[in-house]
Amino acid sequence: MKAAATTDEKALIARVVAGESEVFHELIRPYERLVYVTIFAILKNETEAEDGAQEAMISAFRNLKSFRGEAKFSTWLVTIAMNEARKRLRKAKTAAEDSLDEPRDDGEGDFTPEVLTDWREIPLAALERKELREKLQEAVATLPQKYQEVFVLRDIEELNQEETAAALGINVTLVKVRLHRARMMLQQVLAPYLRSEVPFRGQGKPLVDQGKPFNAQGKSVRGGFFRRWFQ
Amino acid sequence: MKLECKNVWEHISGYLDKQLDAELLEAVEKHLESCEVCSAILDSTRNILVLTADDRVYELPVGYSVRLHERIAAVIESRQG
Repeated sequence: MKAAATTDEKALIARVVAGESEVFHELIRPYERLVYVTIFAILKNETEAEDGAQEAMISAFRNLKSFRGEAKFSTWLVTIAMNEARKRLRKAKTAAEDSLDEPRDDGEGDFTPEVLTDWREIPLAALERKELREKLQEAVATLPQKYQEVFVLRDIEELNQEETAAALGINVTLVKVRLHRARMMLQQVLAPYLRSEVPFRGQGKPLVDQGKPFNAQGKSVRGGFFRRWFQ
Repeated sequence: MKLECKNVWEHISGYLDKQLDAELLEAVEKHLESCEVCSAILDSTRNILVLTADDRVYELPVGYSVRLHERIAAVIESRQG
């Protein structure tokens, strides 16, 4: 997540609003991925996500005047992206209404995590396997919506609690509760799969080696999770 | 404070985000030291979150950026035209 609302960024926004529309291209470049991934993580459909990302960016362009600069620009953009994803999800649900699709489980009630005492870490190198990436995408995409939205913003887009709360219009306590629930649901679904389906060659160090944010090659791990945990 | 497994599960997320207060943190850590089950749940959850946060899980379609900027350019042009 880029630090937004910098002086430079404010200047770019002011120029676009003042009529230099071309500057918008430069303004959004750091956020192309943010907007696409937010929508894709929810819809798990490339075409829809790309179209949605374009619509979200165009909407941001048309409404840039209404951006007051109180929130980060990135948070404002991600709110637009999330609304676009919700709109498309609603449309897809309406289309599926007459089908036999079960409604998404609301996920309330007690949960029991998957207990696998012989659990071993899955090395990041396993992500080279398309099948694993798709399994992770699917697990996120099938979370109940209210948990999924929080998970996408917090753990994939790496927004902080306050930004996530602002983007979703909920309070920070609810962000924490829903994030916990989302993570535990993913643990339930994914832990058995990872344990049984992902080959582990036993080479190299495990992914989480005494809590150090490095993978087996000693390279800093991508994504912001470790940064948050271990700083 | 002595915690049962079930109580520990409720705090896994808070633990990973370093949001537990000192007393609770101590109780959770004490439990984890002696409970293989809860340690495994914690490790698997942490691992799953590291995997899902990796950029490789969500890749941009080839040509996405080019098409995005073309579309924006078209919108800008139609506005000016």
